[in-house]
Amino acid sequence: MTSKYIAAILSLVASASLMAETVEVGQTDKKFTQDTLDIKVGDTVKFTNNDAFFHNVFSLSDAEMFDLGSYPKGESRDVTFTTPGEVEVECAIHPEMKMTINVQE
Amino acid sequence: MSIARIAKSTITTSVLASAFMFGLTPAQADEHYVFEAGHTSLQEWLMPEVPYPDNNQPNAERVELGKMLFFDPRLSGDGNMSCATCHSPLFGWSDGLPTAKGFKSKVLGRASPTVTNSAYNSLQMWDGRKKSLEDQALGPMLSSAEMNVDLSMAINFLKGNSTYVEAFEKAYPGQGIKDETLAMAIASFERTVISNNSPFDRWVKGDKTAMSKQQVNGFKLFVDPEKGNCAVCHSAPNFSDSGFHNIGLASWGQENPDMGRYAIKPINLMKGAFKTPTLRDITLTAPYFHDGSAMTLSDVMDHYEAGGSVKTNLSPNMKKLTLTQAEKADLVEFMKALTSPQKPFVLPILPENAF
Repeated sequence: MTSKYIAAILSLVASASLMAETVEVGQTDKKFTQDTLDIKVGDTVKFTNNDAFFHNVFSLSDAEMFDLGSYPKGESRDVTFTTPGEVEVECAIHPEMKMTINVQE
Repeated sequence: MSIARIAKSTITTSVLASAFMFGLTPAQADEHYVFEAGHTSLQEWLMPEVPYPDNNQPNAERVELGKMLFFDPRLSGDGNMSCATCHSPLFGWSDGLPTAKGFKSKVLGRASPTVTNSAYNSLQMWDGRKKSLEDQALGPMLSSAEMNVDLSMAINFLKGNSTYVEAFEKAYPGQGIKDETLAMAIASFERTVISNNSPFDRWVKGDKTAMSKQQVNGFKLFVDPEKGNCAVCHSAPNFSDSGFHNIGLASWGQENPDMGRYAIKPINLMKGAFKTPTLRDITLTAPYFHDGSAMTLSDVMDHYEAGGSVKTNLSPNMKKLTLTQAEKADLVEFMKALTSPQKPFVLPILPENAF
């Protein structure tokens, strides 16, 4: 009986992780490739620098605060969003680079 | 410039083809310029039309009013400082000082940035704390370290002066004399302080004689990431990426250094970072850097050649440069080609005192 429960729980966990998606957002010509992005809680956004100079990605939004540091062309950094809400994402080096990620339940 | 944008432009496919033949990736081809006067690949360096906010379209009345206000010392606490005290046309719309002198000549921490082409800045001030010229205009007036004026008294002075009352009514009919219209008028004048006709601009437009061979070579070095690496931050068209970088000045290594942008955006990378200034009219605005620590353009080149002086939290876009003395001289000569011809500036006649 116990093993059945464990199997059921493992199955649920597996299906939840299968449902979580990874979405790629580029940093190209000093812009994020998307102005807005709708994702679900648990999804991951992969930020890829396509420019020939360093970029940063950060958010000071309550729903998800992070600072991915700086990284050069061809490199990516990931963020998994765990809380629903609106997240303003920026590049600290180039403040004209902004996007909004709407994290939904 | 993206490949799509190149395709729309008149760059021939042979230029692109030759770029790929030399093993350049599409992204590297973006940076590929043809160093011939007037070439299409250079046109991104020409200044666009001056932008302005929807609610403050410039016109002659607004500019003339703003010009009077910009030069009027009666808008300061002691009645002896105007915007032009620190942003003077005599010194390339800066003040010729390493760092500004404010109320009662107190030495301030940062250099007076030029007004020239500030209309194109997406953020104002060295730390970007102001979002527009309108947002910035009243800051120095209100600052106790700068013009130190009680704004309500300044507004009362303007309201009591019939010439100003008339000028405000013509510029902003029905809107009255208030903080907002005062700032909007000053911003309108500042948007007329533009540099867009330098020898470099004329060379980009096709005048082969506008820049010397040495200056053209300096431009090549300027945009080459393996040589000057300057355009990584001083990018087209205003020679600024509107971004923030810690360039490792000696003052950053002092006790309790100026944290710069970090005070506004508390991200580690922004500790000691300041906005990239334009290089247009650069010969008129020495000393250089936000702390005024470089007296000449050669001093500036020495700093960048060394890859900065203090390396803590240095901008990742900074690196030690490998340049010969001749190449450094070429870069300096190129920067001298970024100054537009200067004309005598006509000062406004200020409204009379009304006692």
